Amino acid sequence: MLAAFRDLYITFVQFVRTFGALQLFLFRLIMHSPGVIFRRFGLVVGQVYNSGALSLVIIMVCGLFVGAVLGLQGFDTLSRFNAEDSVGTFAGFALIKELGPVITALLFAGRAGTALASEIGLMKATDQLSAMEMMGVNPIRRVVVPRFLGGVIAMPFLVAIFSVVGLFGSQLVAVSLLGVDIGAFWQQLQQTLASEDVYEGILKSVVFGGAASLIAVWEGYNSIPTAEGVGRATTRTVVITAITVLIFNFIITAWML
Amino acid sequence: MQQTRTVELGTGLFALLGMGALLFLTTHATGTDDFDADLTYEVTARFENVGSLRKRAPVAMAGVTIGRVTYIEFDPVSLQAVVTFVIDSRYDQIPEDSDASILTAGLLGSQYIGLTPGGSPEFLADGSELFFTQSAVVLENLIGRFLVRGEQGDTQE
Amino acid sequence: MNAVSDNLIEIRDLDYARGRRQIFKGLNITIRRGEVTAIMGPSGTGKTTLLRLITRQLIPDHGLVFVDGIDISTLSTAELYEFRERFGMLFQNGALLTDLSVFENVAFPLREHTNLSNRLIRHIVLTKLHAVGLRGAADMWPSELSGGMARRVALARAMVMDPDILIYDEPFVGLDPISMGVIVRLVRQMNDALGISSILVSHDVEEISTVADRTYLISDGKVAASGSPEELHATSSDLVRQFMHGMADGPVAFHYDAPNYEEQLLGRDED
Repeated sequence: MLAAFRDLYITFVQFVRTFGALQLFLFRLIMHSPGVIFRRFGLVVGQVYNSGALSLVIIMVCGLFVGAVLGLQGFDTLSRFNAEDSVGTFAGFALIKELGPVITALLFAGRAGTALASEIGLMKATDQLSAMEMMGVNPIRRVVVPRFLGGVIAMPFLVAIFSVVGLFGSQLVAVSLLGVDIGAFWQQLQQTLASEDVYEGILKSVVFGGAASLIAVWEGYNSIPTAEGVGRATTRTVVITAITVLIFNFIITAWML
Repeated sequence: MQQTRTVELGTGLFALLGMGALLFLTTHATGTDDFDADLTYEVTARFENVGSLRKRAPVAMAGVTIGRVTYIEFDPVSLQAVVTFVIDSRYDQIPEDSDASILTAGLLGSQYIGLTPGGSPEFLADGSELFFTQSAVVLENLIGRFLVRGEQGDTQE
Repeated sequence: MNAVSDNLIEIRDLDYARGRRQIFKGLNITIRRGEVTAIMGPSGTGKTTLLRLITRQLIPDHGLVFVDGIDISTLSTAELYEFRERFGMLFQNGALLTDLSVFENVAFPLREHTNLSNRLIRHIVLTKLHAVGLRGAADMWPSELSGGMARRVALARAMVMDPDILIYDEPFVGLDPISMGVIVRLVRQMNDALGISSILVSHDVEEISTVADRTYLISDGKVAASGSPEELHATSSDLVRQFMHGMADGPVAFHYDAPNYEEQLLGRDED
């Protein structure tokens, strides 16, 4: 019994310590960011390409199908209230405020986050980071910050693309398949959706992008430099990002309402 | 060098697509009748009861939305609700003595402010107040009144 | 300190512990200018740790490291970067940056630390690659190189800033005999032709015998023996003989510390 309490205590202390270290790490990244942006923007562009452009296909395909299923479900539910015309509103609110940011963040963790964590982890395991240090180059500046910034910049774009593709997906189902009037679809959405709702979605995408990128580079940078350690780091990236994003999502939603 | 070309091209395309999507969301998916703060004038009106009128509710005249509610507050002196709303500057010839009433869109729809034109030669301007107002119809009161009248009818017979 | 000393690096009474494990205890090493100095020892004696202590990637618990007569623990951060530029380091498997081509890998320190024109960088990089015989591989990617080639590229990269001291961390591990011969020749060539000093960490006795001027054998956190390869071969110390001749039994026991064999097999379970 006592041992169980002790374990719990140790776990708790460990958690607080890791959390504090993560804050310090984030602080370091932010301190180095202006220098990287102004002097080595090319590195950031390369990482926007890796995290953003290379995730584009998966984001668009998933967005299309999520939007389409919202069209189906929305139509089915709303037709019980004779409000089929509001399917555009239904899909728009769901996509822009919730599903766009959340699903994109989860896909981002799976596609880009794991790539970042394993890439940095492998660079550590093969002494590339130590080699840089020996050559007088700070690996945080040269490797970690550009990858972090690339993810932060790419996320809002990915979320916006996901939401727009999703809207067209639900329009495709609702209008072409189920016969909702295309004018009603968009007009209903425009009437009810306010700029604040879109801003909420953008805010979420920025926060999630920061969290997902931070977790990925953190896990990679602090991975145990072995093949097994790198594998564990990628798994942890996905799991921790998913939990963090869902918790943040609740907090932001509660705060914005 | 071929590789940097691909990266730059891909990133450029991606960023353009992303910005296009953001632009679409902020302009096309939200209401196009958002009123620009520079191109509006502010008018207030006092109501006995605003019902479930909310911020951002439309202000309509002859069924056309010409403005939005920006602020609702309670005046502790007169014990009335003070509603502030903006009207698009294009509509600058609304008679000063127009009548503002809180109406409901459909039977159970959301509430909005409807303006009925008066006959004054003076027009509404920034900071004007509408004096002729009609409060929201609260369903419970309506039903209550209907019931009372029904009972009175019974006793008369 | 006498400035015209032949001693490039002096390590005095160095102690270093990682966690509870005492890695070095009273270590004394002198590395002479212009020589190839080998540091040998059984696996796990902290040879790589020693290299990091010399370049101040790690800080000793006790004792001093002098480079050119200067105590390196007194260097400021700015001086430290300048100090590190004097070192070229070759990591175990080359540690080439996987997202850059061979050419860009060698050019990396130049691009990060200098404002040289592209033409000049190209000139320097191709010269260095030519010196290791890989000018033809400039456009290849690290993943396309064999182990020996990767190490040669890493050597070109370590040389590109013209360091005074080249450090090799296990340069012979996992190479075929031909590649091994190439690296041995390069180590000697670089050292003599460019007038630099080399520090070689390894446990390949044979290769070290052919290339090193002076060898330190480290065991139990101390220098167990030192001298030229011939002197070490001729020594009477049991430990040195065990190491130099690769014998399974000797002062370094075949068996890791364990409880009494008989008791463990026949004794009852403790709980």
